[in-house]
Amino acid sequence: MKLRPDFPLLANNPGLHYLDSAATSQKPRAVLDAIRDFYETSNANPHRGAYSLSVRATERYHQSRVRIASFLGVADPDCLNFTRGTTEGLNLVAGAWGMANVASGDEIVVTAMDHHANFVPWQVLAMRKGAKFRVCELTPDGRIDLDFLSRLLNGHTKIVAITHVSNALGTINPLEEIVRLVREKTDAILVCDGAQSAPHFPVSFDSLGVDFFAFSGHKMLGPMGIGGLIGKREMLEEMPPYQTGGDMIEFVHDDRTTWNVLPHKFEAGTPNAANAVGLAAAVEYLDNIGMDRVRSHERALMSVVQERLAAIDGLRIYGPPASERSGVVSFTLADVHPHDLATILDGDGVCIRAGHHCAQPLMRRLDVPATARASFYVYNDERDIDALVAGIMKAREIFGYVPA
Amino acid sequence: MSRPERSAEIAALYQEMILDHYRRPRNKGALERADASVEMKNPLCGDEITLQLAFDGSGVSDLRFSGRGCSISQASASMMTQLVKGKAAEEIDALRNRFRDMMLGDASAVTDEKLGSLRALSGVARFPARVKCALLAWNALESAMAERGT
Repeated sequence: MKLRPDFPLLANNPGLHYLDSAATSQKPRAVLDAIRDFYETSNANPHRGAYSLSVRATERYHQSRVRIASFLGVADPDCLNFTRGTTEGLNLVAGAWGMANVASGDEIVVTAMDHHANFVPWQVLAMRKGAKFRVCELTPDGRIDLDFLSRLLNGHTKIVAITHVSNALGTINPLEEIVRLVREKTDAILVCDGAQSAPHFPVSFDSLGVDFFAFSGHKMLGPMGIGGLIGKREMLEEMPPYQTGGDMIEFVHDDRTTWNVLPHKFEAGTPNAANAVGLAAAVEYLDNIGMDRVRSHERALMSVVQERLAAIDGLRIYGPPASERSGVVSFTLADVHPHDLATILDGDGVCIRAGHHCAQPLMRRLDVPATARASFYVYNDERDIDALVAGIMKAREIFGYVPA
Repeated sequence: MSRPERSAEIAALYQEMILDHYRRPRNKGALERADASVEMKNPLCGDEITLQLAFDGSGVSDLRFSGRGCSISQASASMMTQLVKGKAAEEIDALRNRFRDMMLGDASAVTDEKLGSLRALSGVARFPARVKCALLAWNALESAMAERGT
């Protein structure tokens, strides 16, 4: 795939090797144009005005929801609630469903590989409600230990929150098997963190079998500040609202208020309509490539990067084999601290992430304070891998090779 | 910024002296009897330091550090312990301010001989994302000195 020219930031910086798409992706011109076009032709407050400009804004906002829902396999677009991103989506479930349904003695299960956004909200909820917070351990190669998970699940389990793909290691979790286990042994709700899956392979919410799925637009070529929470209609309807205010109400009396219908019930305040339009353009762009091709492109790059990195003496790769990972490789180089490595790579225009990747419980289990992480997407190619490898060799030269 | 210029800055950042202190840190470990002990972490990058001080009448008679982090944070801690050991409290305050000036890009601090080997860290000022690494030990020192009282 030769998509680099579609991305103005990359096209304007030919020497830049952007390998941090797991943090945020670059944006194609089509997305930037769509946002600009919304403001230039359709800007008004959706759902408010009786005048035709506001109606146009409402329509474009609605069409965006329908387009994104179809991309993610959601037959009922009202079940897709726009949020700021995955973090807000997960907090929405913890704050609304969790606060209304979890009681003392209940159990909440997360995994040791979950991002802080799918860890801390549940931990806080458990503490508030006097529920047990249980963390599923991993196998040494960074997969969910399914036997451990099976032993954790029981009749008290109220919520199981699991990431689809690990942001730190790239592990693609066997969601189907996990759903079967959870349904077999519990009456719990299943919450899936889709921040790292929706951008990288085909996802169909209606056949995933989970109750909630949260995702971020900015990791899938869309703008920052827009994402979504998809839920099953009956659960969304039963849940109390998350935030209250304009748009999400039906009738407001001095002594009581009734709630608007889905999807407005969970979208208090003026919506981020322009960015919803931008995200719709992003999924259109991804659909034009084809999500199967996105996945196969990343698989091909991963097999090359795996081979090239594994050949470097003193370099250690974390996580399962490359074929079971999305476009992420997490590694350390001898005794060179990942931050030093990232600084040296930056000198050659290679952008990687160094740190704990918002997954401190995972880092503690790997017994490393930090790793270096390179993550790939549709605009990356083998030249990015060449630059990554050259930068790593340079770091070795600067530090001298001392086995860790 | 052009690539060659950045390359030169990276070479200036990772001087032999810094790598030497990273690999063979001085005053690393724990004191048998510490008057003050401060643990500090940088949650963004996971760097952590525990700094222990022993006071005498006028200032710091001995100190040790432990922890882990990048070459910049470790070298800064190691060189700092060498510099402040045996110095009076007022002198330590002045050195700390001077080092901070250097991290903020103050050119006169870079040539200030009072900072001794720590001047090897002057290149860090060109890397805003790394300044916090170099300052971690010094922030711990400031907090530990506050335990000395008056």
